[in-house]
Amino acid sequence: MHMSTLLIALLTAVIIGVFLVRHLTAKPWLTVSQPDDIGPLQIPALKVGLWAFFACITSLFALFITAYLMRMDPNHASDWYTISKPGILWLNTGVLVISSLAMQWARNAEKSENIGGLKTALAVGGLFALAFLGGQLIAWQQLKNSSYFDIANPAVGFFYLLTAVHGLHLIGGMYVWGKTCFRTWRRTTIEKGRLSIELCTVYWHYLLLVWFILFGLLLST
Amino acid sequence: MPLAVVIILLVVATIIFHFASPWWFTPIASNWGAIDTTVNITIWVTGVVFIAVNLFLAYVIVKYRHKDDGRAHYEPENTKLEVWLTSITALGVAAMLAPGLFVWADFVNVPEDAAEVEVVGQQWRWSYRFPGADGVFGSTDIPNMSVDNPFGISPDDPAGQDDILVNDNTVHVPLNKPIKFLLRSKDVLHDFAVAEFRVKMDLVPGMVTYIWLTPTKTGTYDILCEELCGMAHYAMRGAVVVNEENEFDSWLSEQPTFAQTVARPVGDPVAGQAFFAVCAACHGPQGEGNLALNAPKTAGQEGWYIKKQINSFKSGFRGAHKDDIYGLQMAPMAAILVDENAIDNVIAYINTLPDNPPETSVTGDAARGEKLYTTCAACHGRQGQGIWSQDAPRLAGMTDWYLVQQLKNFKAGVRGDHASDFQGRQMALLSLMLKDEQAIHDIVAYINTL
Amino acid sequence: MAYVAIADRDHEHHLHDPQTFITKYIWSQDHKVIAIQYGITAISVGVLAMILSAMMRLQLAFPDVFSFITPNNYYQFVTMHGMIMVIYLLTALFLGGFGNFLIPLMCGARDMVFPYVNMLSFWVYLLSVIILMASFFVPGGPTGAGWTLYPPQSILPGTPGTDWGILFMLISLAVFIVAFTMGGLNYVTTVLQARCRGMTLMRMPLSVWGIFVATILGLLAFPALLVSAVMMILDKTIGTSFFIPAVLSMGESLDHLGGSPILFQHLFWFFGHPEVYIVALPAFGIISDLISTHARKNIFGYRMMVWAIVAIGALSFVVWAHHMYVSGMNPYFGFFFATTTLIIAIPTAIKVYNWVLTLWQGNIRFTVPMMFAIGFIFTFTHGGLTGLFLGNVTVDLPLSDTYFVVGHFHMVMGVSPVLAVFGAIYHWFPKISGRMFNETLGKWHFWLTFLGTYSIYLPMHYLGILGVPRRYYANGITDFIPESAQTMNVGITIAALLVAVVQIIFFVNIIWSLRNGKKADSNPWGATTLEWQTPDTPPKHGNWGPELPVVYRWAYDYSVPGQSLDFIPQTEPHHGHDSVDDEDKDKK
Repeated sequence: MHMSTLLIALLTAVIIGVFLVRHLTAKPWLTVSQPDDIGPLQIPALKVGLWAFFACITSLFALFITAYLMRMDPNHASDWYTISKPGILWLNTGVLVISSLAMQWARNAEKSENIGGLKTALAVGGLFALAFLGGQLIAWQQLKNSSYFDIANPAVGFFYLLTAVHGLHLIGGMYVWGKTCFRTWRRTTIEKGRLSIELCTVYWHYLLLVWFILFGLLLST
Repeated sequence: MPLAVVIILLVVATIIFHFASPWWFTPIASNWGAIDTTVNITIWVTGVVFIAVNLFLAYVIVKYRHKDDGRAHYEPENTKLEVWLTSITALGVAAMLAPGLFVWADFVNVPEDAAEVEVVGQQWRWSYRFPGADGVFGSTDIPNMSVDNPFGISPDDPAGQDDILVNDNTVHVPLNKPIKFLLRSKDVLHDFAVAEFRVKMDLVPGMVTYIWLTPTKTGTYDILCEELCGMAHYAMRGAVVVNEENEFDSWLSEQPTFAQTVARPVGDPVAGQAFFAVCAACHGPQGEGNLALNAPKTAGQEGWYIKKQINSFKSGFRGAHKDDIYGLQMAPMAAILVDENAIDNVIAYINTLPDNPPETSVTGDAARGEKLYTTCAACHGRQGQGIWSQDAPRLAGMTDWYLVQQLKNFKAGVRGDHASDFQGRQMALLSLMLKDEQAIHDIVAYINTL
Repeated sequence: MAYVAIADRDHEHHLHDPQTFITKYIWSQDHKVIAIQYGITAISVGVLAMILSAMMRLQLAFPDVFSFITPNNYYQFVTMHGMIMVIYLLTALFLGGFGNFLIPLMCGARDMVFPYVNMLSFWVYLLSVIILMASFFVPGGPTGAGWTLYPPQSILPGTPGTDWGILFMLISLAVFIVAFTMGGLNYVTTVLQARCRGMTLMRMPLSVWGIFVATILGLLAFPALLVSAVMMILDKTIGTSFFIPAVLSMGESLDHLGGSPILFQHLFWFFGHPEVYIVALPAFGIISDLISTHARKNIFGYRMMVWAIVAIGALSFVVWAHHMYVSGMNPYFGFFFATTTLIIAIPTAIKVYNWVLTLWQGNIRFTVPMMFAIGFIFTFTHGGLTGLFLGNVTVDLPLSDTYFVVGHFHMVMGVSPVLAVFGAIYHWFPKISGRMFNETLGKWHFWLTFLGTYSIYLPMHYLGILGVPRRYYANGITDFIPESAQTMNVGITIAALLVAVVQIIFFVNIIWSLRNGKKADSNPWGATTLEWQTPDTPPKHGNWGPELPVVYRWAYDYSVPGQSLDFIPQTEPHHGHDSVDDEDKDKK
């Protein structure tokens, strides 16, 4: 399991290295400007910021997952008892998929300037995200009331921990969704709105992907 | 210019300090001389770099200091020089790393014929276990641990019956034989470190770690805990005694096996009552203590602690210091109890005595004492009730002037000065935090309120 | 719609436009104000931590004297001193302080790209400091588990502060990480997106490179601390068994069965090692700029310096377990981590060589910043070399958890970066305040601090070789520690107290100079980098006046042959070429 940590670290290092090193051969003291050297990226700043944030939270989730796998290591996991996952998790997954689809619909509606569709899609997206969060709380209750509930069992501890961290990030996304809705209903410039909805959507898809991985992990162990 | 001079002086001073300082590795007492060699190689390589870089720095500062007609050279890079420097550095690094890895390989691979001893660490003391005749350690479990079974050995495991238990901070090992120390913790992280052995390793609860070494010199060597394990981390001391084989064997044969500790008969209060008549002369018929005769209350005190103190008096840990007036009186008293059974019987009788709160006589600032007491609570408990696993006796509801006397004795080195009395030495170290007599009175005044 | 670079759409760029005192100096979105806010907060807690260390040293030197220093208090001081210095002072100051001030100015931007979030990052940082300070006042006091907060001891009785102190610490760290992330996203995005025309990555000064790579490290490494902190909070509050195995605590067998203390250590050090480079890399970058400016010479081997910063950053993720050689982890890991650790020494050594080679054939002016930079080279060389002992797994065996480690990490984290901070403050003081500082006071400050700190930490290494353990309230009687070690302890304490008092000179200098210092030109050192080319000193809101700068050359054109001046600012076009950079020809 240390391997996965190493792999992630190496991967990160390689990605950064490759990106930068490819362009670090310029000799900047020469008078002619170097084609290899990098000027500002041709991407909006908010998008760069979001992707930097993705790198950050990918690191966070990767580390939680590594901790999970390391704790399950047979040397320590004498106290790990598989728990039955609350059934509602499947429903929640479906709800989150719909939420992502709705956000994608919103993005398409924005592109084709369909304001009515945009507003509906945003509303559906947010509503289903809230439904997901509510469903997660119900899942928490279900586990608490079940016979499997033993907080010292790391399977239980990780269940709450991983779902909580994912949920918190979704709540953060809801804040941006809220601002986007506000802007849409007030309708400022097209450019700003489009970027906001696009980034919201990408974030939603990212969290959906993270949820698939976490859910898969919880199911398989 | 002065800066260059200072840098040269600092380099020279550092070199002089290195050779002149009295502080170097303690003489080695194990087979790990290769570690010392690796250190020396590292010193040479790093020393050369330190001197070279700094002398060059000093030279450069002098030669290229600003002059009115001076001008810096313009050279963005010099690939050849940089490659050359990188290669030399890589060589130096390899020169240090290679021996390190070889020696590590030796450390990781324990010799087949190594004997084994288990070191058990807890907050804040050491104890040890040998595998006994069957060469196998019995399994242990935390829930099995109690006053009577501090090692937590599973009573159902046949392999554990012959395990030799050393419920003391000192362990003996034989000379010139490789020995693997299996390290186990009951509670938090600790670290088993003996400076003369060079090797050390953390004790991690929930797993067993190890080091191995071959002791090469007889002697007694301090064990220091080297992983912060709580308030008394600095007072967690023990000793390893390296003996010639025959002395080791005879020491080992004196230690009880697990089966023997289990089989010990329970104390008989009736038999104990007869012996207690002697004690009652000073300690009172109800064991309530007697100020005039300087005898503390014994009723209500933990049995294991009374036993330990009686054994301390018998072995000379206590009551042997010339200034320990009352301890000197106790020592021959304790000798009356000739064996374990006698002690157990007396304690069984003391356990039947009523536990009445004694009169208080000590005055002090209890509020200040409360703040000071937070340190003591780590062992003696927040209510001063005593905690068996910390080897800490009950303080609350016991004789207050006796507490004052003992704290003074610890501070003065009258108690806890015997080299092998680690519990006493620990208390002596801890008593350092009470800087003056007022502090002692304050803390006892607080204990009186518990 | 094609993307237009931030620098090119300056006219549309709706900069925040503060009008009132409050929005200009308190709830300010201006990176320069935020930088100063970070700086003042960080230095204030740093002074507190320094006082804590003075108390620790008093206990070590005079164990029988100070009744308010009990073992509990001592370990609380040790812990708070360490955590404050590493995280709340050094990280916050280098990234929040210097990062905020320098990045937009050195990159030719008007401000960070997300100024509102930037402002928030300071206030959230301040909140984390307040929570940490609050831990001094909760029942049981602050945690005394060591800055490394290892479980099980950090959350089991027997260690001070396990009731409330540890929780406040962990929550404070989590809040800090949020603040850091907000700031970090700003620094990274601004460097990538908001550089002015002509400012390619390889034309950036090394200060920016150091802070930039350090920020990337932080964004990837701080999550590990957050993970371990959250899991520890849960272990403490609701009884999960992430880190606590079956244990006997205070005579009671607890409910936990299989937690792994080593898991915490892996997570902590996966953060912890990159953390030291988060502190070191900005220092490296800043020192490069101080040396080249004050020696009037281009930094030697700029490309190699950039590659070294990137390589060190990348490698810093695969060396963490050199903090765990004696932790009881799988011993075979020792081979791997010793190798990677010693490999990381190579780019680090190259940087040291290049600094000295920059001075070589230079035209060195012994200004206060230059002196601090040279002090940095000397002390960092020493500290880096002692790191080679500890990084080599076998040599670490006798030295781990002794004063050798304390000497090493103070030299590389405490002495060198702090000398770099002082050098940087003196260097940029004219730009930040518009005044020159008092040179005599600055030199006294340098000499006493440099010599004093070396006297504190050099002997410590030898106490460690002897075997004196770290984190000991008192040594007591041992069979191998001689009386002379205690005498040495007294000597070290006296040096430490003197150095602490000497810092008053620094504060006096700053405060006096702010009021009475000679008015500074906009570029008193004759430096090439952009921050010195601002139209106003101190730079006004928006930094550059109506037009953003355009860059034509790299950051180190010092003493270029054939030029009358011994420096050429980055904004100076090449004569004989068009005044606009080639790549912009299409855009015109």
